[in-house]
Amino acid sequence: MSAFKDTMIITQRQLRLLTRVPEVLIFSTIQPVMFVLLFRYVFGGSISTGQPGGYVQLLMPGIFVQTVAFTLAGTASGLAEDMKKGLIDRFRSLPISQSALVMGRTLGDSLLNIVVLAVMGIAGYVVGWRPTSGALNVAIGFIFLLLFGYALSWVGIFVGLSAKDARVVQNVSFIVTFPLTFLSNAFAPTTGMPRALQYFAEWNPVSTMVAGCRELFGLENQFGATAGSFPSENPLLTSFLYMLVIMAIFIPVSVRKYKRSAD
Amino acid sequence: MKSVIAEDLVKTYRNGAVRALDHLSLDVEEGTVLSVLGPNGAGKTTCVRILATLLKPDSGRAMVGGIDVIKHPDKVREVIGLSGQYAAVDEILTGWDNLVMFGQLYHLGKKASIARAEELLERFSLTESAKRPIKTYSGGMRRRLDLAASLIVKPKVLFLDEPTTGLDPRGRQEMWSVIEELVKGGVTLLLTTQYLEEADQLADEIAVIDHGKVIARGTSDALKKQVGGERLEIVVESQNIAKTMEVVATISGNKATLDEGLRMISAPVSTGATALIETLRSLDSAGIHPLDVGLKRPSLDDVFLSLTGHAAEEKKEEEVATTGRRKKAKK
Repeated sequence: MSAFKDTMIITQRQLRLLTRVPEVLIFSTIQPVMFVLLFRYVFGGSISTGQPGGYVQLLMPGIFVQTVAFTLAGTASGLAEDMKKGLIDRFRSLPISQSALVMGRTLGDSLLNIVVLAVMGIAGYVVGWRPTSGALNVAIGFIFLLLFGYALSWVGIFVGLSAKDARVVQNVSFIVTFPLTFLSNAFAPTTGMPRALQYFAEWNPVSTMVAGCRELFGLENQFGATAGSFPSENPLLTSFLYMLVIMAIFIPVSVRKYKRSAD
Repeated sequence: MKSVIAEDLVKTYRNGAVRALDHLSLDVEEGTVLSVLGPNGAGKTTCVRILATLLKPDSGRAMVGGIDVIKHPDKVREVIGLSGQYAAVDEILTGWDNLVMFGQLYHLGKKASIARAEELLERFSLTESAKRPIKTYSGGMRRRLDLAASLIVKPKVLFLDEPTTGLDPRGRQEMWSVIEELVKGGVTLLLTTQYLEEADQLADEIAVIDHGKVIARGTSDALKKQVGGERLEIVVESQNIAKTMEVVATISGNKATLDEGLRMISAPVSTGATALIETLRSLDSAGIHPLDVGLKRPSLDDVFLSLTGHAAEEKKEEEVATTGRRKKAKK
């Protein structure tokens, strides 16, 4: 029980940081909103989808997934910053649950995602995004997105503990996350890609997440590539398995690494 | 009873390439202050980190408050306080926020945490700045807050790793008086420092370490005796050098040495200010007016010079290994 309490205190700290430095919240929201507007109005006109409601219907799930994917970078650089300042030493010398700090941070970052996703949803609505699947499915879609962010935030803990410097962490995370979000069905059909990339894009967790969200928001997934491949036929199941695998690996590995981070 | 015991601690980094601790042993009697004195990279921080359960030694044994550090780190954490080289508090949060949060992490409960936080802020003269973010604090205020955070549950054993490094003289003075207060309260303190003056001021006993080993140990007086106490230094015009050397040698009872470039004559003295006054009187009656005069206390360098025959040089590599990000050494 005390491990849970400790985690909650760390999560509170995380949220208090947001109220003290509102810039963090503002910028983590502005960037995705900017993507919504850019893609909607720059590419939206030239990509024909045959979808009622147009490109923005396909785009929004893509941008949602991209945004939660960046949780990895946020968690990693936040943790690296705490390490640099020696704050981790203080926490580790306290008689508290040794995993509370990382548990609290991943949870805090997920709560931040709720706010960011809400703002993006509103921005999407303003530029014409209209999910047609009913409130329940839309809610499930958002829970799916949050879960994905949570899983990746554990990868972020690992990256943050492994790297030396908060800025390096930021750069490394972007170098990993950026291609992953673009080598996917998030913004354009994978059918235009070279064959080898198509395979990659189809199995890419970002694609399965995007396809899954499109399904939950009431769209046919028209950006999927080869019909009949397992991930494009079962995007929700595949995404779910990916998340389970990521968490099954990275939660224990990251906690272990954190406990030994000083040795 | 010994509150802290370290026996034969060995810690290496980078597959043994850097030996931070080389069979280091020390102990601290309950209710006393031990100062671990040494240059950067001597192994001070590594030693503290092991005793405070943050780091596991490659070999050796350590007990804090009668508890085995390696076997029961969680129990040790309940009786220690640690204040590190870098003020480990959240810069964005206020002093009040930080202390309340740490209080809650010690499971004091919200009300008790607030009460304790306010008590500590008052005691460390931080009440006025309690609601300001730490990043607006001066270096000295940060250190005091960091120290306050390590005192939330009245630890039995307190570790202070270079509590005044980087502080200006005023900040250092304030920190010293805060630490002296604490020691009066009966806490067992292990403090690391690079400054002999600091060890002198605060510690009952001093352990001098170099290259991960204790090379000398004793009270401040005993160490100073070994080093030779204070030095009298006088700068005079060239034509007065010979006569001044004579006077200095007579009064100090030691051989006077001359730095020709600076025209500075110096000699170890055992009577401090008295020797200084006597020398000035003699010089005055001889019609010699010194350009500069002073008593120099032995510095860490002097201690090192006399104990090891080399100056307290810094080992850059190890500093990185012990203070910045710690690379995990494969065993």
